Amino acid sequence: MKTPVVELKLPIIPNMELIATQTAEVISRHMNLTDDQNSEISMAIIEACINAFEHSKAENNVFIHFIIQDDSLVIKVIDQGIGFDKTKIAIPKIENKIGTNERKRGWGLQLIKELMDSVEFESNEDGTTVTMKKNINK
Amino acid sequence: MNDFITNIKEINSVIIIQTNGYLNNVGGEAIAEIIKDKMEQGCVKFLINMKETKIVNSIGVSILIEIIEKLQEVDGKLGYFNLAPIVEKTFNIMGLTKYSTIFESEEIALNEF
Repeated sequence: MKTPVVELKLPIIPNMELIATQTAEVISRHMNLTDDQNSEISMAIIEACINAFEHSKAENNVFIHFIIQDDSLVIKVIDQGIGFDKTKIAIPKIENKIGTNERKRGWGLQLIKELMDSVEFESNEDGTTVTMKKNINK
Repeated sequence: MNDFITNIKEINSVIIIQTNGYLNNVGGEAIAEIIKDKMEQGCVKFLINMKETKIVNSIGVSILIEIIEKLQEVDGKLGYFNLAPIVEKTFNIMGLTKYSTIFESEEIALNEF
């Protein structure tokens, strides 16, 4: 059987990321994932969507693909924005943010890395694809 | 008060703010506005009841970091109770628990705060 894929197209409007979390919840139930796994996936999707909405300067839509595999759920968040240089993304530390002029934001990628089993970024001037994977513990 | 903030009360000089729904930039700003007003009145201890906030994003939580920073200037405190597991995990990843406290319940929070 062909690998099932659920595709979403989200306009860049505040809180549209919650539509993606609702879809993730349905897919998580279908895949018998735990509540914790579902929550982690939802949080990672929110952060990936916010990055796509805010930082990509994308003017079109953000696309989300949920690829349902036997041993994992793969989620791709795709924007057609200006891309980013991942070598310039610093690991955020709260110690560097409290009591300093450093901006308090910039946690999205770190959260995604912590919450998912693997994360890959492909980015160029035509856009960014974040590919996140959650393994299923059978 | 807006839809995100459903109740504000004061017990033993501790302001307890109850939230409802998604802690995003709008929710974070709503909390920040209340705490700013109360700080101007001399309050320095704040608890947030997050029982009805099951989902957050990093922008909303970053506003809590700004609040912690402002409270440090007046020797104030910020704490939370009734957190969903994913919210607690997010706070831990972002390091909020180094500068503020998660409690299991309002009663425990008020006893230890």
